[in-house]
Amino acid sequence: MKPVRSMILVSSDPQSKERGANEVYQCLQEELKSFGLESEVSLSMVGDVGRSDVSPLVIVYPDAVIYGPVQPEDAHSIVEEHLYKGRVVSGLQAPTRELSGRIAWLSARKGTLPAEQRIVLERAGLIDPDDINDYIIHDGYLALGKALTEMTPMEVIKTIDQSGLKGRGGAGFPTGSKWKFVSQVAGPKKYVICNADESEPGTFKDRLILEGDPHSIIEAMTIAAYAVGADEGYIYIRGEYALARRRLVNAIRQANEMGFLGQNIFGTGFNFKIHVHSGAGAYICGEETALIESIEGKRGEPRARPPYPTTNGLWGKPTLVNNVETLANIPPILRSGAAWYRKFGTPSSPGTKVYTILGNVNVTGLIEVPMGITLREVIAIYARGMKNNATFKLAQTGGSSGSIIPASLQDTPMDFDAFNRAGVSLGSGALLICDENTCVVDLARVLLNFFRVESCGKCNPCRIGNQRAYQILSNIAEGTGTLRDLDDLQALSDELYQLSNCGLGQTSGTPIRDILKHFRAEVEAHIRLKVCPTGVCPMNGHRA
Amino acid sequence: MTIGITDPEKIRTTVYAVIERCGATQDELIPILSEINHKLGYLPAEALDEISHLLKVPKSQVFSVASFYRMLSTKPRGTHVVQFCESAPCHVVGGREVWEELQDQLHLQSGETTRDGCWTLVTTSCLGICGVGPVIMVDEDVYGNVTPAQVKDILARYM
Repeated sequence: MKPVRSMILVSSDPQSKERGANEVYQCLQEELKSFGLESEVSLSMVGDVGRSDVSPLVIVYPDAVIYGPVQPEDAHSIVEEHLYKGRVVSGLQAPTRELSGRIAWLSARKGTLPAEQRIVLERAGLIDPDDINDYIIHDGYLALGKALTEMTPMEVIKTIDQSGLKGRGGAGFPTGSKWKFVSQVAGPKKYVICNADESEPGTFKDRLILEGDPHSIIEAMTIAAYAVGADEGYIYIRGEYALARRRLVNAIRQANEMGFLGQNIFGTGFNFKIHVHSGAGAYICGEETALIESIEGKRGEPRARPPYPTTNGLWGKPTLVNNVETLANIPPILRSGAAWYRKFGTPSSPGTKVYTILGNVNVTGLIEVPMGITLREVIAIYARGMKNNATFKLAQTGGSSGSIIPASLQDTPMDFDAFNRAGVSLGSGALLICDENTCVVDLARVLLNFFRVESCGKCNPCRIGNQRAYQILSNIAEGTGTLRDLDDLQALSDELYQLSNCGLGQTSGTPIRDILKHFRAEVEAHIRLKVCPTGVCPMNGHRA
Repeated sequence: MTIGITDPEKIRTTVYAVIERCGATQDELIPILSEINHKLGYLPAEALDEISHLLKVPKSQVFSVASFYRMLSTKPRGTHVVQFCESAPCHVVGGREVWEELQDQLHLQSGETTRDGCWTLVTTSCLGICGVGPVIMVDEDVYGNVTPAQVKDILARYM
């Protein structure tokens, strides 16, 4: 990267683009040209820079001044005043209270918000994702060099094991153990797969990592391959993520050219190549064996387990499958050590977690915070309270397959163990926060509709069970439910859990179980009184 | 995208070109289907026959894959495809009203195509842009924070 005097970043997440980030970029480009500053000032679009209620943002370094929301017509004064004359355009600055994450620390350093701790999103939004040099000067590929030249594969696995990192895809399986399993299987051919089929409703953390910092995933996969003895890897990315795919393909090309991928990496004789495989739209392909089937060119139907992918995965070979966010934790752990990583989060769940905040709150978006933060803190601090001063009623965590958490549980620290004890699943980190105007029957119906549509149809409990549960919930929403339906729903929920082949079916009964446990009175009102207390359900008297 | 391609030559040349590029192996089946779907707007039966022949994969298997994935369509679609996200995060922030407005404006139910072949309306699962729900997608353009009042204007851009 050639040295420049100043750097301008324009936020380019979908929301910013929706609000005209591209036009702002073009206007800035023209203004820079007309002032003759193109050679001294670099201009780039960057992925999401955090929560963006004042997007599109324009960030000017090294002063770290943040302007937002910027209109195309503001480009002239920003370039003339700030970059040409060197005066901050105070009238256009984004209000400090509207910013979070590293962006906020850089601008105000006042800490009006409790600190986010960014490990996996450390660089997202601050580097040019299409430029490998930008990644390298921000400690990129340092961890890979260290692993390959100073550590044995066993030492790498031991470090990951000691860090206590748990899989961030939802299940929370210890990453070190998984790596150990794959490394212990003898065999000349092994695969590493990055699961980027992020389809859980309400989750988009992986997209932001891939769009903002694609090299971190390539580096992590290469380290993983070295540790378990693989020489080939796949990134299975969902078909809807076109931008992330483009950036990944570009990043892989650059890494190959620089010798961080390919043959004889760092002169150690270690070889590794990565393929990018796009999905074609199927939630089930986030399940690791379905994902493997899909890479092999088949329907995404989960396999029977055991045998697990760690011994019989892609093309029957031992395969390591890790989620994007899990992998993004690997390079920082190797760079700074397991003890450093354990300083964050709780003893049983070290590290940070990326949450997406959605629903009836004032600010939606994504945050990376240490494990163990409570829902109350998230709502009050990061989401800035409920919209229209409504009352918080329930949160749905971890996408469709997660749990419904009533307001009474909002002070439970969100880590894997505490949530397990409370019978709640942390899932993928989506936090759908609903106010008093949300009807639990209506919500459960929408969730079951999702499972009904997305069930792959391979095993009967899931294919028929979800369809039946959806029908019953529809009847209740139409005012034609009976009290017996509630027993049937409970039974269906148990059967889905016990009999289904894979995680989709096993968790699809969770919303039913949770609404019957926490909101039974509201459900019964639909049946006994023929009234939807929130006035959401149609109650037209139809019956499926 | 056109409705119901009848020119067998066009289908054949598209299939050949895509397979030439991707390689004729079964693990490339999904990329091949995706690309043909993108180029032709859907997967005509003739294209599936041709793929089965070239890849030496049974027709039943090609069809079972083609009909499994949401982004692949074995039926002709309209010139413009409107996708509405029906997942919970969009639903609780006003998605239902947007869906009703879409149905009213286009006079279509989910999965239907207008008679003039102009519009197809489908529901989809989460598109991963939940921070700005409710979300609709028209062809490859994404619209966030959609209100029922905006639906008419958004659709008018494609008329």
